[in-house]
Amino acid sequence: MKALIDHLPGRIHEKPISIAILAMGGQGGGVLADWIVSIAEAQGWAAQSTSVPGVAQRTGATIYYVEMMRPLDGKRPVFSLMPTPGDVDIVLAAEFMEAGRAILRGFVNPAQTVLIASSHRFYAVVEKQVPGNGVGDSMTVIEAAGIAARKIIAFDMQEVAERAGTVVSSALFGALCGAGVLPFGRDVFETAVRASGKGVDASLAAFAQAHDIARANPPAPDVKQGPEKRLPPLPVSAGHSQLDALLKRVRAEFPPHLHPMIYAGLRRLVDYQDPAYAQEYLDRLVSLHSHDRNAGGAAQTYSFTETAAKYLAIGMAYDDVLRVADLKTRASRFRRVKDEVGASASQILYTTEYMHPRMEEIVGFLPASLGSAIENRPRLFKALDRLVNRGRRVRTGTVLWFLSLYTLSRLRRLRRRSLRHGREMAHIAIWLDTALAHLPTDYPLAVEIVRSRRLIKGYSDTHSRGLSKFDQVLAQVPRIAGRPGAAGWLAFMNKAALGDEEGKALDGAIRSFDAEIEGGVRRPALSTP
Amino acid sequence: MAERSFKKEVQELRIGEGEIFRGEGILAITKALLQSGVSYVGGYQGSPISHLMDVLADANELLDELDVHFESSASEASAAAMLSASVMYPLRGAVTWKSTAGTNVASDALTNLASGGVTGGTLIILGEDFGEGSSIPQERSHAFAMKSQMWLLDPRPNLESLVNTVEQGFELSEASNTPVMMQVRIRACHVHGEFVAKNNRSPAFKLRDALKTPRRDISRVVLPPASLAQDVEKLEERFPKAIQHIRDAKLNEFFGPKDAEVGIVVQGGLYNSLMRGLLYLGMADAYGETLVPIYVMNVTYPMIDDEVVAFCRDKRAVIMVEEGHPNYIEQSLISVLHRHDITTKVHGKDMLPMGGDYTAAVVEKGVRRFFEKHAVAMLGNHPPAPDPVPILTSKPVMKLAEVVPPRPAGFCTGCPERPIFAAMKLTEKDIGEHHVSGDIGCHIFANLPPFNVSGNTMGYGLSGAGASAFNVKSDKRTISVMGDGGFWHNGLTSSIGNAVFNEHDGVFVIVDNHYAAATGGQDILSSRADNPRRSTQHSIATAVKGMGVKWVRQIDRTYDVSKMRATLTEALTTKETGPKVIIASSECMLNKQRREKPQFRAAVKAGQRMVKERFGVDEDICTGDHACIRLSGCPSLSVKQTDDPLKDDPVAAIDNTCVGCGNCGEVSEAAVLCPSFYRADVIHNPTRWDRFIARFRNAVIGSLQNFADTNRVAFPD
Repeated sequence: MKALIDHLPGRIHEKPISIAILAMGGQGGGVLADWIVSIAEAQGWAAQSTSVPGVAQRTGATIYYVEMMRPLDGKRPVFSLMPTPGDVDIVLAAEFMEAGRAILRGFVNPAQTVLIASSHRFYAVVEKQVPGNGVGDSMTVIEAAGIAARKIIAFDMQEVAERAGTVVSSALFGALCGAGVLPFGRDVFETAVRASGKGVDASLAAFAQAHDIARANPPAPDVKQGPEKRLPPLPVSAGHSQLDALLKRVRAEFPPHLHPMIYAGLRRLVDYQDPAYAQEYLDRLVSLHSHDRNAGGAAQTYSFTETAAKYLAIGMAYDDVLRVADLKTRASRFRRVKDEVGASASQILYTTEYMHPRMEEIVGFLPASLGSAIENRPRLFKALDRLVNRGRRVRTGTVLWFLSLYTLSRLRRLRRRSLRHGREMAHIAIWLDTALAHLPTDYPLAVEIVRSRRLIKGYSDTHSRGLSKFDQVLAQVPRIAGRPGAAGWLAFMNKAALGDEEGKALDGAIRSFDAEIEGGVRRPALSTP
Repeated sequence: MAERSFKKEVQELRIGEGEIFRGEGILAITKALLQSGVSYVGGYQGSPISHLMDVLADANELLDELDVHFESSASEASAAAMLSASVMYPLRGAVTWKSTAGTNVASDALTNLASGGVTGGTLIILGEDFGEGSSIPQERSHAFAMKSQMWLLDPRPNLESLVNTVEQGFELSEASNTPVMMQVRIRACHVHGEFVAKNNRSPAFKLRDALKTPRRDISRVVLPPASLAQDVEKLEERFPKAIQHIRDAKLNEFFGPKDAEVGIVVQGGLYNSLMRGLLYLGMADAYGETLVPIYVMNVTYPMIDDEVVAFCRDKRAVIMVEEGHPNYIEQSLISVLHRHDITTKVHGKDMLPMGGDYTAAVVEKGVRRFFEKHAVAMLGNHPPAPDPVPILTSKPVMKLAEVVPPRPAGFCTGCPERPIFAAMKLTEKDIGEHHVSGDIGCHIFANLPPFNVSGNTMGYGLSGAGASAFNVKSDKRTISVMGDGGFWHNGLTSSIGNAVFNEHDGVFVIVDNHYAAATGGQDILSSRADNPRRSTQHSIATAVKGMGVKWVRQIDRTYDVSKMRATLTEALTTKETGPKVIIASSECMLNKQRREKPQFRAAVKAGQRMVKERFGVDEDICTGDHACIRLSGCPSLSVKQTDDPLKDDPVAAIDNTCVGCGNCGEVSEAAVLCPSFYRADVIHNPTRWDRFIARFRNAVIGSLQNFADTNRVAFPD
């Protein structure tokens, strides 16, 4: 005890520097830990790293942990093998939600922790499997880090790494150096990278760039949200008489703040079919807008018309074989794929499309009379289905396959006579009539009915499933209508319908509504959104 | 083998006297085995000891030089049985596996080994997969030591201690004629540190020497009356010898002052956590100097009564820091003190949690309670211990908890098992859900989103046996899934043989990844590669047919989802009786990429014509329903937000980590999802013919596209 007391008082609070690395398998977290250990050891410090790499798979979240301290009279410190919540000096997160996980694990505290995180997102399965939008909001991490961290350095290190042709660990190492939180110079860091011997140049390039960004110390963490929706203003002229006629009509018949959304609709429908089809769109929209005006929509900034402008365009530009053939054969699409896969001029690129047409789709684009004639003969239909219904690998880059798709895309002139078209238009009419029926009495409910259209998307089975959810939701409208917060209930159901594939969430939402009715005025705990 | 090279690590094993070894704990242990004059090493791969097996499997030359025999055992039972060589002969032998999973499998052999006792030192290195990140049930290896009377070492988790303990373990084993288990926790296996190396040592008495002069000793055979005599020997000879040796060799350690009113008893493996806890309490510095007497049990079984008594005698109270449950050591401690009429108060699991990791934070809390009760003065003006609670309970962080998604390990990009489960999910949609019995291996990830198929697991190679109770007349069959690793480990007999014999009508899917993929790509009997030191390429199909299975289907490209689905459907509906075995085979993509990527790059560099495939999604065509993701979960298939105002939901997107396995295309085709997927084939170093035909195609296609673009009426961009 004497020995300790002799030299303890000055040192009792001395602790190793502790660094936790949160990464996913395959992000180079282990290499990063090794680099950090090697810079400490190169400077005569003792250092230790640990991890629980588990099995070989590469997708799970993993924590690597490093401690380092100067030896005392040749004696190595006793290092901890796990980070202690509330006592980690530096947290390196290789992805932004992993930074969030570090905070949740208690590794980030305002007294000591410098949080260095790549702000890019790598979505987890539970985020991306949702039929709607299940993506977590990065801002919640920023807000939590705001109170949890002493200092936060966050920027897209994945992008830095990718540009240099390496993985995010090199950029994190650069940011760690640039943050100036370790008592070692840049040359020591770079020597460690060089000594590792693999992909050194790329690693050093990413290191240098991340170092400079971290050193410049961006005041606010740079977090990427999704791109802004592109809603350009209505142009004065499009240089084509039919298009200009459309523009003129929009200007004349709708208030200016609705123009961008209507213009988006016009663009889609002209691209999808032709200017005449866009005129038809405007015809419907004008009628909807007059109802909107009569229902006192001015006070609601005509949100009914605006919502209808969006979903009517989506509804009229339904996805069919002709559309797919059109999009797949465009020159712009060929260029985009070339960019995406990064094929150079000296390389040759071919694409193979994975298609699976069924008789339903074929019948859909036949003229209505012929189509329904086949449909009404189940045995014929089945026999034909056996012929067409199989997976097809379409090699769009070869002449014959291209010609087939190209010809199909030129057939879009006949689209408006097809069986499918008639059905889609009838469906649109029922949907909009339902909305209009409620417009005079419950404006927000009518808007929400229009929004339910969002549930219909996809092809084949996906499309049928969406349609059935849409029907299920709309079937609730008569029950909901007339109750306080009806629009809220419908919005709640719309959201639930996009929560999972099987429709469990939607069933749950409907059950909560049942409970609401049975329980009289009492509102369920989950309430409406 | 997945053709990974550990040559660098093997070089580390060669370093000699006085050189500094820097590296991982498990590699240090491997080096220590060679320094100890070991004659043979065996084991079964698994986290956290795979590295030991992998490195030795690559160290043929070194092992030959040293006359060490290394074997990749068929199972932990095979490995444990290997130790039989040390029963009659003065041969040092070591085996290793993941514990307690492997120790369970090895128990049969271990029981027999422990009964007869050993002549040569035998060391069983247990990679203790316990606590956070563990992939097995949370049990203790301690019970195995107690029930069979083997000694259990639990060294302090630094490289020097680990290395010394290996040598000491052999000595203890020889001194007491008893097998010794050395427990190393997962983080200690992966800890990076350093120690001063010694020269490797070739065994003086070699395996060949034993074969030249075989020995027989009926008293070592477990056969009455010897079996009873062995039990007496255990108690009256081996046990006292062990106690004597442990005391004399000072295997347990004492730290801190001699005299104090209280003290701490700790398992060696928890020493570092305890010291950090004491640092937080202001009772130790970072270098291990402490104000509290500490008794470190590097040997956790047996307990050395004299040492315990001496340590506790003059203290008012002690606390036992012991991880896992039940609290065997604490119970034993209380019993010893009671026998010796010592009234020192013993604390342990009353102040520390029964289960879970004993992290620094956990130990600090327990020990602080102990001091508060018995020596509050010692706590003095200690600095406040780290406390994350205020931050964790703040509003923004609580909100964060709802946003941060769980991210468990799952199938890698391009994993050949993904299409098997996509097909299984599609089959489910066609003909209903079936009871699924799971096993051990990567395929267990099918339990997780997005697949949510596969069922509970009863052990390695036991999925078939796990479904055996359902061998009743029914119009629904069970599906048992097992990997090739599990199949050869135990599945061939316990699952397939069992099903043949009992005429089980179920479906058995054997996932063959060309080697034991989950543990790192080790070779097994059915590995496709040639291995100069092992006999490979034994077909699973032939094996199951040899077992008597009549209905066998081999699928050599799991990515063919339609075929996979049709085969599953056939197996579930065929009129044929008896087990239906489907062998679904494609190479582990992770290891395949490791091998092929550099080859591809080299070939491109050398000017060869090479085709690189990857997949993409046409975002105009994708409607953002994500059905493709629900049948895949591939890391490279994700979503992205678009700037299209008419799209509410993010669309699917494939990033450039795609390896072109084809699963998403096949799935969208088989499930009739949507036509947005495309495969892009990029031809590197095209031939003249390639260029000629491409020019022709571009000319035709380009002119048609030009025509379409010129005639298209569209708003300007």
